[in-house]
Amino acid sequence: MRRPVSPGTRTTAAGRKRSRPRLRNTQRGGTAMTAQEVRLCGLLLQEHYGEVVEKVGTHLLKNRALTLRAIAHETGTPLDLVKKSLCVLVQHGLCVFVSGRRGVEYHLSCERVLRILRFPRYIYTAKTLYGDAGELIVEEVLQRGHMTMSHAVRTVADRLTQNMEEGSSMDYSEVVSAFSRLVETQFLQRCSAVIEPSSAALLTATVDAPPVSVIVPTLSDNHPDRYKLPQISLRGRGKRRLSSEEIEGDQRAAKRAKLDKDQTEPSGDEGIYWQVNFDRFHQHFRDQAIVSAVASKMDQTSSEIVRTMLRMSEVTTTPSAAYTQPLSANEIFRALPPSYSIGRPVLEQYLSLLVDDPMEFVGKTGDSGGGMYVVNLHKALANLARATLESVVQERFGSRSARIFRLLLRKRHLEQKQVEDFAMIPAKEAKEMLYTLLSANLVQLQEIPKTPDHAPSRTFYLYTVNPLPTARMLLQHCYKTVANLIDRRLHETKENKRLLEKSQRIEAILASLQASGAETAQLTEVEEMITAPERQQLEALRHHVNKLDSSENQVDETIFLLESYISSTLSTR
Amino acid sequence: MKTRRPSTLLAESARRMAGKGRGRGIAAFTFNIEALGLSRGTLPDAAFGPKPLFPDVEYKPVPLSSGEAEEYMLALKQEMRSTMKRLPHSVAKPEDKAAVERYREMYAQESHKSGQNEWTPDWTRLPKELMPQKKKLKKKPKMKKEPKVASSKEKEAMLSKLDELEKKDENSDEEKEENAKENADDQEAEGEEEYDEEAAEEENDYIASYFEDGDDYGVDSGDNMDEATY
Repeated sequence: MRRPVSPGTRTTAAGRKRSRPRLRNTQRGGTAMTAQEVRLCGLLLQEHYGEVVEKVGTHLLKNRALTLRAIAHETGTPLDLVKKSLCVLVQHGLCVFVSGRRGVEYHLSCERVLRILRFPRYIYTAKTLYGDAGELIVEEVLQRGHMTMSHAVRTVADRLTQNMEEGSSMDYSEVVSAFSRLVETQFLQRCSAVIEPSSAALLTATVDAPPVSVIVPTLSDNHPDRYKLPQISLRGRGKRRLSSEEIEGDQRAAKRAKLDKDQTEPSGDEGIYWQVNFDRFHQHFRDQAIVSAVASKMDQTSSEIVRTMLRMSEVTTTPSAAYTQPLSANEIFRALPPSYSIGRPVLEQYLSLLVDDPMEFVGKTGDSGGGMYVVNLHKALANLARATLESVVQERFGSRSARIFRLLLRKRHLEQKQVEDFAMIPAKEAKEMLYTLLSANLVQLQEIPKTPDHAPSRTFYLYTVNPLPTARMLLQHCYKTVANLIDRRLHETKENKRLLEKSQRIEAILASLQASGAETAQLTEVEEMITAPERQQLEALRHHVNKLDSSENQVDETIFLLESYISSTLSTR
Repeated sequence: MKTRRPSTLLAESARRMAGKGRGRGIAAFTFNIEALGLSRGTLPDAAFGPKPLFPDVEYKPVPLSSGEAEEYMLALKQEMRSTMKRLPHSVAKPEDKAAVERYREMYAQESHKSGQNEWTPDWTRLPKELMPQKKKLKKKPKMKKEPKVASSKEKEAMLSKLDELEKKDENSDEEKEENAKENADDQEAEGEEEYDEEAAEEENDYIASYFEDGDDYGVDSGDNMDEATY
């Protein structure tokens, strides 16, 4: 029997094996990408960064790590375009580079590309927590990948000034305070710093590879400076971009922009870039989901108690922890918001109710300090995922199939006869439903032989549901759904391209006429250039596109739940 | 533990036994189907092909949840899409520059063409090979040097080649009928030498050998006498 050769080794002529240094799976950003994920990533890249980046990106996704020349050669794109695309991808944190044997190797993180779907949710959350300034800061940082604090503050102040009334402008200090609050609660974090090329060369120089001066990011997760604001002096107010500038002449505006760039003094925080901390946002979404689940299962007060507990353990709990830190009932009582003034014994009753609930959101770990309580994060996520699965079955196959599904989730393994009895459904219909669920892969069949020859008459056939593989399968369905939605939206827009362009041109004409003060007769004449059926068609198109966009956002909520559940179970193994 | 579906068992046994039974579609089984809890009358129809691509949906999907949050996020999403297209981060395809200059390009916003479209990343955070400018600078001085070097070195060689060509032409005029092959070789050699001249003088837009062959010029271009030449 020949010894199996692992794919990373190569036999030389002398028969000795020389292994290539391989990146660990975690560095590569996950294991193999499925076809659905690659397709969705391609569509997202195309929509946001253009077709060239999409071509380069999908090629990188399909092949693990490639050098610059390999990418240019295999995709047939000119070298300078590939360089630009890689710059864009690295700027947005989608692509990482490592100095390998053949040069600098780039690899794309599929997971990070899929985050693009969630950008509206991040921005809306920042708005609810920190107001308009926070919302615009997060939006700017998301759009540019990473930026310095001074750049962000200036851009946001200008944008806020645009929306304010004439004569008033936004002061930088307000924006700076919003920024610092975002950093304190860890929603924004610093990007990894850069090592000096000389030390990097020493580190990477081996006997075989020549020393390459390549940048290797060094900030690990526990870096103390990650959330420290730089000391910069930023004084000023937002500049309003006057609309008359655009009419005067574009050349002058361009010149003025260049002058502005030259005039801004370096604010002393060069090289310190800030990016959005996605894990913190995900933690927030998870907490939101748990609180709303408790609110719908029990009542508002219990959800407030759980919200308080989660808020207290925000910064003390790591994102992948199974339980929050134990909190005593005294602490919870003190930390409750003043609007919920419940008595101490009432709080204890609520806590015991939460502990006794079969969903097991809250658990009791001790009796000191009036009782130590934790929130079971992983159990809560598992419950949420299970509820998602149940609702999917219910909406696709009906409530009786959902009853069978829930039964199988609770009782694990059941025979055909037992399913009929427990679910109280007539035999014929129960069989049909079970077979439909089986053909949709939501239910699996387990054989338990009584005799070694697996004779069908002497084997038990048990139906079972495995939540984890089913959740994975549903997640792939979700990716496929979003990709189909995007495809359909692009198709709809392409079909009506001529009409859309016409309406845009007419709107531009109308705007310019209104700005130059035309009569209403002229305006109505221009408006009538679009006929009534065309208007209807445009309205229908707008309605469809809005619906498709909204569906994408809502499928992303399901994606988030399933992804959190899957990653939480993986981390406990 | 193996997991197999009863439907595959049935299909296999049905196919095997179909010939022996009363005809196709009548299934006979090798095992006692009562043990599985099935009876003849309750079996669904056998499937004769793959499932349809767009199967009928039994239950209509739940309507989308619509509220203030959803509408706001929808607006954010659409705004973000249009903004990211305008940002310099979106790399434009080179074919976007049309072959034919269109009238409307004259009135296109200058801001699109001007420096707003460029952004320079922080080069200390990227590997050096991604920088575009350095390579161009290296190429240009090389290009300038080559013709100078060529002209200084190959001047004498070119003069001698010209002399040789003159001699060859005289010889070929005398011995045309006898040495057809030699003419072919000479023409190939002339072709190569012409190519060298072209390669050496790449800086010009004009092809050096355009008007050299006075004999062939009129003959070749007169193939299509339908079009009038102005």
